[in-house]
Amino acid sequence: MSTARDEILGAIRGALGRGQLDDVTRAKLDAVEHAHIRPAFEGDLVERFVRKFESRAGTVTRVAKLSDVPKAVEAHRAQWHLPKRAAVGAALHKLKWAAGWEIHFDAAGIEETLSVSLAVCGIAETGSLLFASGPESPITHNFVPDDQVAVLPVEHIVKWFENAWPILRQREDGMPRATNIVSGPSRTADVEQTVQLGAHGPRRVHVVLVG
Amino acid sequence: MEMRSKEFKSRAVYYIHDGALQKAMGMLRDGFVAKRTQQAAELPEFEALREEAKNLKNHILDHLDHYLTRYEAAVKASGGHVHWARDAAEAREIILGICRRVHAKTVTKGKSMVSEEIGLNEALIENGMDVVETDLGEYIIQLADEPPSHIIAPAVHKTKDQVSDLFEEAHGTERKTTVPDLVNEARQVLREKYFRADVGITGGNYLVAETGSSVIVTNEGNGDLTQTLAKVHIVTSGIERVVPRLDDVTLFLRLLARSATGQETETYTTFSTGPRRADDKDGPEEYHVVLVDNGRSKMLGGRFREMLRCIRCGACMNHCPVYGSVGGHAYGWVYPGPMGSVLTPLIKGLDNAYDLPNACTLNGRCGSVCPVKIPLPDLLRELRHMQHRQKITPAIQRHALTAWRFAATRPKLYHFGEKVAARLLALAGRRKGRLRKLPLAAGWTDARDLPAPAGKTFLEQWQKQRGGQ
Ligand code: SF4
Repeated sequence: MSTARDEILGAIRGALGRGQLDDVTRAKLDAVEHAHIRPAFEGDLVERFVRKFESRAGTVTRVAKLSDVPKAVEAHRAQWHLPKRAAVGAALHKLKWAAGWEIHFDAAGIEETLSVSLAVCGIAETGSLLFASGPESPITHNFVPDDQVAVLPVEHIVKWFENAWPILRQREDGMPRATNIVSGPSRTADVEQTVQLGAHGPRRVHVVLVG
Repeated sequence: MEMRSKEFKSRAVYYIHDGALQKAMGMLRDGFVAKRTQQAAELPEFEALREEAKNLKNHILDHLDHYLTRYEAAVKASGGHVHWARDAAEAREIILGICRRVHAKTVTKGKSMVSEEIGLNEALIENGMDVVETDLGEYIIQLADEPPSHIIAPAVHKTKDQVSDLFEEAHGTERKTTVPDLVNEARQVLREKYFRADVGITGGNYLVAETGSSVIVTNEGNGDLTQTLAKVHIVTSGIERVVPRLDDVTLFLRLLARSATGQETETYTTFSTGPRRADDKDGPEEYHVVLVDNGRSKMLGGRFREMLRCIRCGACMNHCPVYGSVGGHAYGWVYPGPMGSVLTPLIKGLDNAYDLPNACTLNGRCGSVCPVKIPLPDLLRELRHMQHRQKITPAIQRHALTAWRFAATRPKLYHFGEKVAARLLALAGRRKGRLRKLPLAAGWTDARDLPAPAGKTFLEQWQKQRGGQ
C-alpha cells in the first residue's frame, strides 16, 4: 500500500523530473551552510540593544552585579503597584529577596502577575531577548504574567541572530522544547490598525542589564 | 470553507459600496504600506536580501524531497510526530483523529492560513469541539462568522464600532468603545480558554530541517500560549515551508516583518522542537506536525513553481489597487489579493475562479514588493492564457481575441482596420468628443466615457509628422 508520505515524495520527485537523491548528494547538501547578508551596523552593541529594545516599548535598567537584581525588580514592582510575588526561573535561585516577597520556581499560573527570567542572550540587531525553555526557565514565564523582568548579563549581548544559533547548537541536550525570541511587550494592531500593548502576553517587559 | 470565487464580480460591486469597508481599506494603505516603504528604505541591504531569498527558495524547491525527509527525521529524533496529508480532507482526518484520541473538548488555535485552507474549524465544530481562535483578528471574525479578509490582518475590514457590537453580544458585558478596553476584554476571555484547552493548533512559518523545529512569528503571543498550555500541540504547515538551517530562518525573518507589517521585527519568534522534556515544568505532552500537500507538489512541476516561494507576508495585497478597493472577501476564498488570485485557481480549479486572474490591472506593484520576487503579474497572465486555451474564457471574449490575433499578425489588415475604427469612432463622438456607449464594451462604458479618437490613427499622424520634417 502506498502511503501519503510516499505519494507526496513521489509527486515531488516526479515534478522535479528525477528519482531519489543518492547518499553522496544528500550528504553534500547537508554540508552546505548558506551564509546570508547581514545588516551592516557599527558601534557599541549594548547601546544598540538598549536603543532598539526601547524603540519597541520595552524598558531597560542597569545594575552592577547579579545580587542587585532583586532591588531592580522591587523598583519595577513598586512603580506598577504589583503584589510582592514572582515566578522566578530556577537559574536565578541564588538571588536573595527582601522580607515579604513570595517567590516560587514553578510554571506561571493564570493569576501570575510577575516573572523574573534569565535570558540566554540579547540580540543587538533588533533589540531582542532569547530564552531557552527548560526546568530552570519555564515557557509560561515569558507569556502568562502581566509583567516580565528579564535578566541579561551585558556580556551575553551578541551582534546578529547568526551569533545566537551556535549557542543553541552547543547545548548539551540540543534545541529546547521552546526557543522564544522576544522583542518588547505583546501587542496587536487588529482593531483599526491601532497598536495596543498587552494583547495576550506581558503588558510590560523590563530588562535588567547586569554588569 | 464555502467557495465563492465565482461571484467575484457581484461581490466586488457590493464591497465597493460598503462604507465601513472603504474606511478600513484606507487605513490599510496608510498603515502597512507606508511603514513597509520606510522599513525598506532604512535597510540598504533590503534589495539584496530579496534576491538572496528568491535564490534560497529556489534551491529548497529543487531539493524539496531531501529537506522534507531530513526535517522529518529531526522531528522524530526530538520526540515529535510527522503526518503527511495529500489533500485537505486527509489533513482534517489526521487532526480529528488526534483530537478524538485525547478526547479533546476545547481546541485553541493560533493563526494558520493552512488550517483555513483545509477548512479545519468546521470539521472540529461538527465533531462537537469548542474551537477558539486566539489571534485577536481571527477571534473577531470567528465571532462575526466570516472568513479572513487578509492573510496577516484577518479582521482588517472591521471598524472599531463593529468590533464593539460583536464583543457586546458575545461576552454579554457592558459595551466597550476604546481600543485598549476592547483588547483587554478579549485578553481576559481568551486567557481562560488557553488554560482550559486540550489541543492547541498553530501554523508553521518555517520548518527547520537541521533541528526539526517549527517556527511561528506573532505580535500578540497568542500562538505561544496556545501551544504551551494545551496538552497536545499540532502544527499545520504546507510542504513548501521547510528551510535547511537556523541561519536560513534569519534571512526570511529579516524580510518577513518588514514586508508584512512594516516592522523591523515582530514581537515573538518561537522555535518549537518536540514535546516538553522530562523535567520541564510546562509545555505540551505531545507534538505533531501535519505536512499538507493539497496541490503544492503539482504546482512544483509546472509553470507556477515560483508561487511556492511565497512566505505569506501579505505585501502584494497591501499594494494592490484592486484589493484596496474591493477588500479580501470579494475574492471568495481564504487567499485574497494577487497571491490569492494565483493560488485559488491552482488549488480550487481554473473554472472555479475565473474572474480572479482577470481582475488584475497588470500594474505590477505586487511583483515589485514581493520579498521573494514572485513575478505575480506574469503568473496571472499565464492563468489567463490557460483559461483561454481550456475554453473557460467566455466565448465572446475568446472570439474577439482570436479575431484580434488574426489581424495583429497581418500588419496591412491591422492598419486598415485601425483606420476604419478611428474614423468611425471619431464620427460617433464628434459632438461631445467622447463616447457614452461602445458596442461589445458596455461593461466598460457603463461606468465611464471613452474619449473619442482624433480621426486618424497614431501611425498616420506619426508618418505625417515625420514626413513634414
Ligand atoms: S506573493 Fe510575495 S508579496 Fe504576496 S504574500 Fe507571498 S511572499 Fe508576500
